[in-house]
Amino acid sequence: MTMRIPVSALIGLTMMAFFFCLAVFAPLIAPYGIGEVVGDVWEPMSAKHWLGTDNIGRDLLTRMIYGARTTIFIASAATVLSFTLGTLLALSAVVLGGWVDMALSRFIDLIMTIPTLIFALVVLSVVPTSILILIVLMGLLDTTRVYRLARAVAVDINVMDYVEAARLRGEGTSWIVLREILPNALSPLVAELGLRFIFMVLFISTLSFLGLGVLPPDTDWGAIVKENKEGLVYGIPAALAPAVAIATLAISVNLVADWVLNRTTSLKGGRNA
Amino acid sequence: MPAHLILLVIQRLALGVLLLLASSVLIFAGTQILPGDVAQAVLGQAATPEAIANLREEMGLNEPAVSRYLKWLFGAVQGDFGNALTNGADIGASISKRLGNTLFLALWAAVISVPLAILLGLIAVRFRNRWPDRLISAMSLATISVPEFVIGYIFMFFVAVKLRWVPSVSMINDSMSLMQKLQSIALPVIVLTFVVLAHMMRMTRAAILNVMESPYIETAELKGLSRFAVITRHALPNSIAPIVNVVMLNLAYLVVGVVVVEVIFVYPGMGQYLVDHVAKRDIPVVQAAGLIFASVYILLNMAADIIGIVANPRLRHPK
Amino acid sequence: MREAVAHNLVEIRGLKIGATVFTPGEKPKDVEIVHGVDLNLEKGKVLGLIGESGAGKSTIGLSTLAYGRGGIRITGGEIFINGIDILKNSVGELRDLRGRQVTYVSQSAAAGFNPSKRLMDQVVESCLSHKLCSRKEAEERAVTLFRKLGLPDPENFGKRYPHQVSGGQLQRAMTAMALCPEPDLVIFDEPTTALDVTTQIDVLASIKEAIQDTGVGAIYITHDLAVVAQVSDHIMVLQHGRMVEYGTTDQIINNPQKDYTRALVSIRSTIHDETPAKGEPVLKLNNVSARYRGLNFDVVKDVTLEIHPSQTLAVVGESGSGKSTLARVMTGLLPLRQGSVSFNGETLPAALEERSKEQLRELQMIYQMADVAMNPRQTIETIIGRPLEFYFGMQGAEKRARVIELLDEIELGESFLKRYPAELSGGQKQRVCIARALAAKPRLIICDEVTSALDPLVADGILKLLLNLQEIEHVSYLFITHDLATVRAIADTIAVMYQGNVVRYGPKSKVLEPPFDDYTDLLLSSVPEMKLGWLEDVISTRKMDSAGN
Repeated sequence: MTMRIPVSALIGLTMMAFFFCLAVFAPLIAPYGIGEVVGDVWEPMSAKHWLGTDNIGRDLLTRMIYGARTTIFIASAATVLSFTLGTLLALSAVVLGGWVDMALSRFIDLIMTIPTLIFALVVLSVVPTSILILIVLMGLLDTTRVYRLARAVAVDINVMDYVEAARLRGEGTSWIVLREILPNALSPLVAELGLRFIFMVLFISTLSFLGLGVLPPDTDWGAIVKENKEGLVYGIPAALAPAVAIATLAISVNLVADWVLNRTTSLKGGRNA
Repeated sequence: MPAHLILLVIQRLALGVLLLLASSVLIFAGTQILPGDVAQAVLGQAATPEAIANLREEMGLNEPAVSRYLKWLFGAVQGDFGNALTNGADIGASISKRLGNTLFLALWAAVISVPLAILLGLIAVRFRNRWPDRLISAMSLATISVPEFVIGYIFMFFVAVKLRWVPSVSMINDSMSLMQKLQSIALPVIVLTFVVLAHMMRMTRAAILNVMESPYIETAELKGLSRFAVITRHALPNSIAPIVNVVMLNLAYLVVGVVVVEVIFVYPGMGQYLVDHVAKRDIPVVQAAGLIFASVYILLNMAADIIGIVANPRLRHPK
Repeated sequence: MREAVAHNLVEIRGLKIGATVFTPGEKPKDVEIVHGVDLNLEKGKVLGLIGESGAGKSTIGLSTLAYGRGGIRITGGEIFINGIDILKNSVGELRDLRGRQVTYVSQSAAAGFNPSKRLMDQVVESCLSHKLCSRKEAEERAVTLFRKLGLPDPENFGKRYPHQVSGGQLQRAMTAMALCPEPDLVIFDEPTTALDVTTQIDVLASIKEAIQDTGVGAIYITHDLAVVAQVSDHIMVLQHGRMVEYGTTDQIINNPQKDYTRALVSIRSTIHDETPAKGEPVLKLNNVSARYRGLNFDVVKDVTLEIHPSQTLAVVGESGSGKSTLARVMTGLLPLRQGSVSFNGETLPAALEERSKEQLRELQMIYQMADVAMNPRQTIETIIGRPLEFYFGMQGAEKRARVIELLDEIELGESFLKRYPAELSGGQKQRVCIARALAAKPRLIICDEVTSALDPLVADGILKLLLNLQEIEHVSYLFITHDLATVRAIADTIAVMYQGNVVRYGPKSKVLEPPFDDYTDLLLSSVPEMKLGWLEDVISTRKMDSAGN
């Protein structure tokens, strides 16, 4: 297996690394403080303010860097939550089978009959909005999708003769899940991980844009769009900067996920045909 | 239509009704049984105990949840959603006008996006792995990666603000003629089209490719049929069901996309109404709007399934 | 040009076929799969193309329609059909060739028919699209062909949809579809391979009759030399995209010149001498009945069988006979409904979960598809080593030494330790599965169709290996198969199953000798034999029998 990374994936990886560095080292990189008013309202781009200033005169680049931190943190945390929970539930459902599988799957189906955004809005109308609540809410709602995929993958593997062979050998549940099923389920799941992360980025941005996500003094990319959207009517493109950032991050992750998916299908092998 | 097919459809309809009921329970539960006191949440931390007690009384929170749910559901079935907490207006009346506006917007988006998506999907299949296919794939990757509001503002910035072709805010009212209305919603329709186009196109492409790679297409080609005959006589009859299914699923997706687009263009529809009242914590309104969005979504999904059942030759002509 | 080759229906010269291989993550690679093949076929004659998988026989067959699947294309040579080089044909001329001069019958008729159109519409389609005759005439032709091919209710057969008729009937319908436009050449691509052996013989006979009656030329592609010997005038043996030998059917079967052909001809001649049963039975089934959940009838009905030490019991039957279900009952995957299974003299718990580790160890299983019987993420060392570790607690050097020993026993050797299943050939994979079963030092191994997914020569090798290992390890086999030749090759005792019942059971010598019950007679007489005129003999015997009755 040679490790040749295609150009598109390389671009994706580089961009991802760039954004994650921004997120991690935001306080070190950002030229100003997050809430610091440093100029006039909506100043154009300049050497002093690379991206100009925002609707109340804060440095837009600084806001963007801190926004990256919040967006990426929330999206990552929610992805980790949905992924761990979804995969764990799915694998247990498949291995335990019977009524556990039945009940879990029907319940997940039921949750999925309501569009995610609508469900989130309904819940956000009663709970106080905080970053922790957002992470839990998004993570739980998205668990349904991870569960479905992981279950489908695990069911496919579970009927393979090698799993049956392990059962006939007398292997315990942990060997079957960890050694027989998981290594074969991992690759499609890793590719899905990327897609779920993108979904989380879009989701939190949308919520913040609607004013129901991250609240001041914190900020994220969606909130920056919201703060600066009035400027667009006057021809001030400040709101487009976070928009472009969201799109770039999402596309980068997509490129990497595509590559992972391709790579794993070639690894699968098994059949000579 | 054979009896067992009717039975299958009836079963699916019954399941649909069941799902509608279950989703109403979820929406109700989502607002009622969450941690914390709803009245407290509505009024905020600073509220006096008396105010909270009054609100609890007004919302019927002292009754058991089951009876409140049943009351709410029976009202909802008859179009009675109660009154809004914020301004006391009748929710049913506000919704009926806004629902009309939203459906008007969604309908036009569907009218444009469905044929366009199928056409692009067909082009992608026809020129598979060549530049038109690659271009279409790249475009759809890009639009899938971008949130609805970003597409919305990019269009607004360039088309409405820079070029001044259409207004940046989509006002609509009864006194407007159809043409005026269409002009007013042009921008949101375009944005919505973009939002669903990519998904629909990708799925259409996959559905057609799946059919085109079937061995019976090879059989048809080896009969010496023309390309046209292969497609119209053998590929199309088997592609219709999956394509209709794709369209239905994406229309359901469109219903959700409409929420954000309405907010961007300040369009007086259901989405705007829902989002406004979520921020105001006006729970009866949120429940009502949530239920309606969920219902449309469930009904479209059900329609997709029923079409799939009816179009399946194995079910239509049993052994 | 036309005059020079006018007497031959097909004339292929120096045919080279290439394919583009798309390995994900790598650049597409061009490979040659057929390396210059010459071939002639006279009008009205039948040529058999024979070879193992990868020999290029289907690819050559399809090339007479100027067609290649997926990334396959003709890279060199000439193909003349009725004296015209079809590789120089325009698109319009190609359409004229396909479905009119040359037609095609594929292995899987079930997939080859459009599911949403009636059979009649599909059968007459070529006639109509090439404007050969009116719809009425075409339908009359079709009904005649349906009748000739022995389809039930020929007048109304065409009104059905593909999913409404059986696999054997679909295969005949596809033959009717190929013959309907009265072509000069029909390509039969493994038309009976997917069928049960008792169905195969009828389809084969009706195909042969239809070929003779219509005087059409045919290329008959198969991996089964005994089948092709029944229908063809000439045979071409192919291996790895090259011709090995070409001759009349008589010469190839009775006087093969090349080693490879000789090996193919002698494939079914391995015969293991029956050994008498000694000692207490290893496994006994007492009046076992079983059914799957949700079914209201038993799939296995009241079965009583015994397997003795170092012996092989072959359970033979067609699809749906319940033979694989029997294996699931013995392994405990499907708990039995009635009766009991005793192993080493003690009653085995019905459910897998209740069996002891020792009981599990002593009863091992080998599967039909070695591909999916091994975890693709584990190395051969892990795969074979796991039972050693699990049952005997072996670790480190001791375990490795034993794995190497086992690898030697299956004739693979130490170099395979670090490889993954995907890097092995089909036969090698099956050998590793055998080693994994042996690693547990079992008393009984259940072999479920272990050779049916393999090419005949490879399968022969596996059977020989199993017999050798039986001598060394003193293990018993329960051998489940649909193939009577395999049974002859390996069994000491035979049980014939039909619709869930054991209809015949006893030592090999008794079971395979007359007098037969009806089903065993049908089954035995349906197995193609490597001899000319076998098909006619069987059919005429059967006709006489039914006339006599």
